[in-house]
Amino acid sequence: MAEAEPSPTDALDALISGYAAPESVADEMLGPDGLRPVWRPFLEEFAKLDRAEVTRRFARGDQYLRDAGVFYRFHESGGATERDWPLAHVPVLLGEAEWRGIAAALRQRADLLEAVCADLYGAGDLVRSGMLPPALVAQNPAWLRPLVGVRPASGHFLNFLSFEIGRSPDGSWFVLGDRTEAPSGAGFALENRVATMRTFGEPFRHDHIHRLAGFFRAFREAMGAARPTDGRIAILTPGPGAETYFEHAYIARYLGLMLLEGEDLTVRGSQVEVRTVAGPKPVSLLWRRLDATFADPLELDDRSHIGTPGLVSAVRAGNLELVNALGAGVLQTRAFMAFLPRIAQRVLGRRLLMPNIATWWCGQAAEQAYVIDNAERMTIGPALSLDLPFEATVDTAIAGTFRGEAPDDLGAWIAAKGGRLVGQEAVTLSTTPAWDGAGLQPRPVLLRVFAARTGEGWHVMPGGYARIGQTAEATALSLRAGGSVADVWVLSDRPVQGETVRPAPDVPFHRAGQSLLPSRAADNLYWLGRYVERVEGTIRLARAYHLRLAETGRTDDPRVARIAEHMESLGVEHGPALPDSLSHQIGAAIRCAEKVRDRFSPDGWTALRALDAALQRRRPRIGPGDEAARALGLLLRGTAGFGGLVHDNMYRFTGWRFLSIGRALERAMAMAGVLASFASAEAPDGSFDIAVEIGDSVMTHRRRYLIETNRSTVIDLLALDDRNPRSIRFQISVMRSLVEKLPGSDVNGELSTLARAVLRTETTLATADVAAMDDAVLQALKREIADLSDLLSAAYLT
Amino acid sequence: MTPMIYDLRVAIRYDYDAPSLNARNLLRVMPMNRPGVQRRITGALSIEPGPDARSERQDFFGNAVTEVIFQRAVAALEFTTVARVERRPPPERLDLSPELDRLRAEISEGRDLTASSPHHFLGATPRAGHSAEIAAFARDTAPAGGTALETVATIGRALHAEMRFEAGATDVDTPPEEAFRARRGVCQDFTHVMIVALRALGLPAGYASGLIRTEPPPGQPRLEGADAMHAWVRAWCGRETGWVDYDPTNDLMVGTDHVSVAHGRDYADVAPVKGALRSSGASHSNHAVDLVPVI
Repeated sequence: MAEAEPSPTDALDALISGYAAPESVADEMLGPDGLRPVWRPFLEEFAKLDRAEVTRRFARGDQYLRDAGVFYRFHESGGATERDWPLAHVPVLLGEAEWRGIAAALRQRADLLEAVCADLYGAGDLVRSGMLPPALVAQNPAWLRPLVGVRPASGHFLNFLSFEIGRSPDGSWFVLGDRTEAPSGAGFALENRVATMRTFGEPFRHDHIHRLAGFFRAFREAMGAARPTDGRIAILTPGPGAETYFEHAYIARYLGLMLLEGEDLTVRGSQVEVRTVAGPKPVSLLWRRLDATFADPLELDDRSHIGTPGLVSAVRAGNLELVNALGAGVLQTRAFMAFLPRIAQRVLGRRLLMPNIATWWCGQAAEQAYVIDNAERMTIGPALSLDLPFEATVDTAIAGTFRGEAPDDLGAWIAAKGGRLVGQEAVTLSTTPAWDGAGLQPRPVLLRVFAARTGEGWHVMPGGYARIGQTAEATALSLRAGGSVADVWVLSDRPVQGETVRPAPDVPFHRAGQSLLPSRAADNLYWLGRYVERVEGTIRLARAYHLRLAETGRTDDPRVARIAEHMESLGVEHGPALPDSLSHQIGAAIRCAEKVRDRFSPDGWTALRALDAALQRRRPRIGPGDEAARALGLLLRGTAGFGGLVHDNMYRFTGWRFLSIGRALERAMAMAGVLASFASAEAPDGSFDIAVEIGDSVMTHRRRYLIETNRSTVIDLLALDDRNPRSIRFQISVMRSLVEKLPGSDVNGELSTLARAVLRTETTLATADVAAMDDAVLQALKREIADLSDLLSAAYLT
Repeated sequence: MTPMIYDLRVAIRYDYDAPSLNARNLLRVMPMNRPGVQRRITGALSIEPGPDARSERQDFFGNAVTEVIFQRAVAALEFTTVARVERRPPPERLDLSPELDRLRAEISEGRDLTASSPHHFLGATPRAGHSAEIAAFARDTAPAGGTALETVATIGRALHAEMRFEAGATDVDTPPEEAFRARRGVCQDFTHVMIVALRALGLPAGYASGLIRTEPPPGQPRLEGADAMHAWVRAWCGRETGWVDYDPTNDLMVGTDHVSVAHGRDYADVAPVKGALRSSGASHSNHAVDLVPVI
C-alpha cells in the first residue's frame, strides 16, 4: 500500500522547520513575519523533491558548468590553480518591488561615481572645496596623472559598474564596495543562470523571473553608440593567466566581440589597430578587463609587459573609448567611502538612497580617535586599498585582531600610520538558505549587482550573482576562502514577457566579420593544430617502438633501434613507456588552446584536457613493451576524438583554417621524415611495415597492392597518393585548398607568395616519379614544407 | 653669484641589433623655464632619422614632452637637444622654513592639487617606495627640532658622507634601498635615497633631472655627474620658503651650476627617453652632454 502523499504545506513546513536563521541578522527567506511570500512557490516545489532528486538535479547543474568549461582560477604561492565554478544551487529570491528600490539607489550611486571621476580628472573642485582630502588623491597610485585633463571621447568615464551590496539586520540594504576598474562577474552571472535553470527545470516555473539577456544586449548596443569612430569593439584581457579569463572569453563569444591582449594592438599615429590575418584594422572601443596601470607601458607602468604603447595617446586624441576610462579604478579606494555620502549631498543635492558601509579615515583627528576607541567593532586596513572590505590582507585588523603579525599596541599603530589607515564597521550580512546535503542552512550572502550605461541611462542587471559564505563568518565569502556563488532571481508578480529590454533595430549591430581573426589568435590556432598532430605522431611512433620491443624483447634489434633513432631525431625519448615529450607536447597544445578559448568549442577543450589527464593517470604505472603499446593505443583514441570535434563541429571560420593548416602541415612534414627514415634503401628489414603502420595504412596497403610492402608501394601510398589522408600529397592538397581561402591569397588572379609556394609543392608531388623519391628528395621535401610554415607566419601570424 | 648663460647639448643615441618596428618614444630633454630662476633663450630638439610623427605637449608636472613615432624600421635613433639657457641664482634668504610638525600642518591645510602641490611628493611612488632602513637612517640623522631647510641640508650631507659615488655600481632600475644598503651609486641613487628619507620625515620631496656644468669655474673641483644627465632632490620647505633644490651627490644647495630639465616625483616621471620598441634584439645606448658657459 502506497504511503499517503504529504500535502504541499506539510512538506514545506518540514523543509523550513529545521532552518535556524541567526537571531540578530536578517534572513532572505524568513522575514520578520515568517516565510517571505516571494519564496513560497519555489519552496513548495522544492519541498516535493526527495534528497536523491535534489542530488540528481544539483549534479545536472554542475554537469552543465563542467561541460561549458566554467572555471575560476586563483593564484597562490604554489602557482595558479583552477577550480570548478562553485555554484550554490539554491538561488537567492527577491521580489520585483524590492529590486526596483535597489536598482534606483544604484543608478543614483553610479551617477555620483561618474561625477566624482569627472571631477578628479577634471576641475578638481572636490579637493579644492575640502570635500575630499588631497592626500587620498595625490598619494593614490590609482589616480593616473597622465589622464588628468583628458575627457573621454563619449563624455563618460564610467560605462560598466558593479556594486557589492548586503542587507543589514534591520532589513535595509547597504553598499560594501564599488567596482569601477574592471568589474567581473557578469558573464559568470549568465552561467549561474543557465546552470540554475537546468537544476530547477520542470516543474519549477520560470516565467516570473526577470531575464538577464536584455541587459547584455542593451549594453552591446550602447557600446556601439559610444564609439568615437566606426572602428571595432573588442574586449581587452590580460590573458589566460587572469583569474577571470574564462569570463572574458565567454563574454567575447556571447557578444560576438574580439578578445584581445595588449600585444594584439598597435597604435599607428594616434589610432589603435588590431593586427589581424587580413591586416591591421581600426579599433575604437575596448571593454577593458585589464587594470589600467598595465595598459600602456609608455605612459603608465613602464614595467608592464602586457600593455600597448601609445594607448593613452589614442585616448587623448579622442580616437579610443575605454570601458571604463583609464584611471576610473581610483573610485574603488576604500577611504572614499568615508566621504561619498557628503559628496552626494553636494553633487547630487540629495542623500544617498542606499548608504554605504560606515567608514572613518584615520587621517582626520576625530575620526582616528573614534577608530581607536572602537577598534573591536571595525575592520581596519589600508586607506588606499582598492579591495572589498572582506578581502582582508595581512595588514588588516578585523575586530581588533590581525590576520598577520599584530602590533603590540593597536592604538599606537593606528596613530602612527594615521592617514594610511581606514576603519570600516564590522559587516553583518543577512543569511540565505544553502543546501548542505540534508537540508537548508542559513549562510551569509552578498549580492553583486551590475550596471551598464545605455542610451536611456543606467541599466541595472536584474539579478544573477550572489556570494554565499561557507561558514557564518563574513570573511568566508571570498571564493578563495571556499565561498560559493548563487543565482539571484528577481521575481515579478506577473509573467515576464520575453526580454525586458526592447531591441532597438535602428542601432547598428556590429558583428565580428569572418576575416577579423587577430594574428595572435591565428598563431595559436595554427600551433594548436600542429601540436595536436605532433602528439598523435609521437604516440604512433612510441607505439610502433613498444610493439617491436614486445615482439623481440631486445632494444638492439635493428628495427627497434631504427625507431629509437628516429624518435631521438625528433627530440622524443624512447626509454620510458610514455615519453615526457608527449606530456610537453600536450601541454603546449593546451596552452595554445587556452589562449583561444573564445574561438574554440568547450568540447574541444575538454577533449584536450581529458587526453592530458589520461596520460598523467597512466604514466606512473605503465611498463615498456606490450603494456605501453596498449596504453598508447588508448591515448590515440583521445587525439582522434579531438580531430573529430574539429572536423565535425567547428564552424568554418578563418580560425578553423589556421588550425587545419597546422594539422595538415605537421602531418605532411612528419610523414616526409618517417619515409626518409623507414622507406630508405638502407633501412633494416621490416622498416617498410613500420612506415605503413605509423601511417595507419596497413589495411589500405593490403587492399591496394595485394603484395608485401616494398619501397615503391610505401612511397606511392604515403607520399604520392591523392586519396590517402595519411599521404604527404593529400595533406599538401588540403593545405592548398585552405590557403586559397585565406585573405589576400588571390588578388585579381595574382597568388600570394604562400599560395604559390603551396601550389608548387603540390604540383611537384602530383607529377613526381616514385623511383625519384630517394632519402635526399624526402629530406628536401621536409625542409620545403617547413619553409611553408615560415611563409605562413610572415604573411599572417606576426 | 651672478646669472650664468650656458650653451647646452644633450645627445642620446640608441643602436639596435635588430631594426625595431613601430618605435614610439616620449622625450623629456628640453631645459625648462622657471620664472626668476631659469630661462630658455633658445632650444631645439632634433631627431635622426626624422620621425613619421612628432607632437609636443606638457605633462602633469609641466614638463615639456615630445612624442615621436616611427612607423618604419629603424636601426639607430639619435635625439639631440641644443639650447641656450640663462640661470639665475636663487634669492638669498633667511631660513624661514617651519619645524617639521608645523610643516605637516601647513601641508594638511593645503587643498591644491596642481603640479607644485606638496601632496604629490609624499608617500610611496613607483621608483621611491617606502624603506624601513632609509626611514630609520632619516630619523636618526634629522636634527631634533630642526627646520625643514636644516633637515634637508643635514640629511643630504649625511647621505653624501655615507654613500660613495661609483659609476656602474647600480643600474637604472636599482631600488633606493639596495643602493643605500650598498652605500654607493650614482646621482639617481643618491637622489632616490634622499627622497625616500625626506618623505619618511613627512617632508615632501621630488626628483629633478638636468645638467651640471661640464668644467668647473677656475680653481674649483669638477662636480660629479657632469658626464651624463644629472639628478638632484627638490624639497618643499613650507609655504614661505617653497621648493628648494639640493644636490646630494655633490652636497650643495643648487645654485647657478645646474640647469633643470624636468621635475617629478621620481625618475619614472622624468626619464629623458621612454621608449617602447618591438625588437627582438638588444640595444645599446650612448649619452653625451655638455653644459658650457657662454663667455
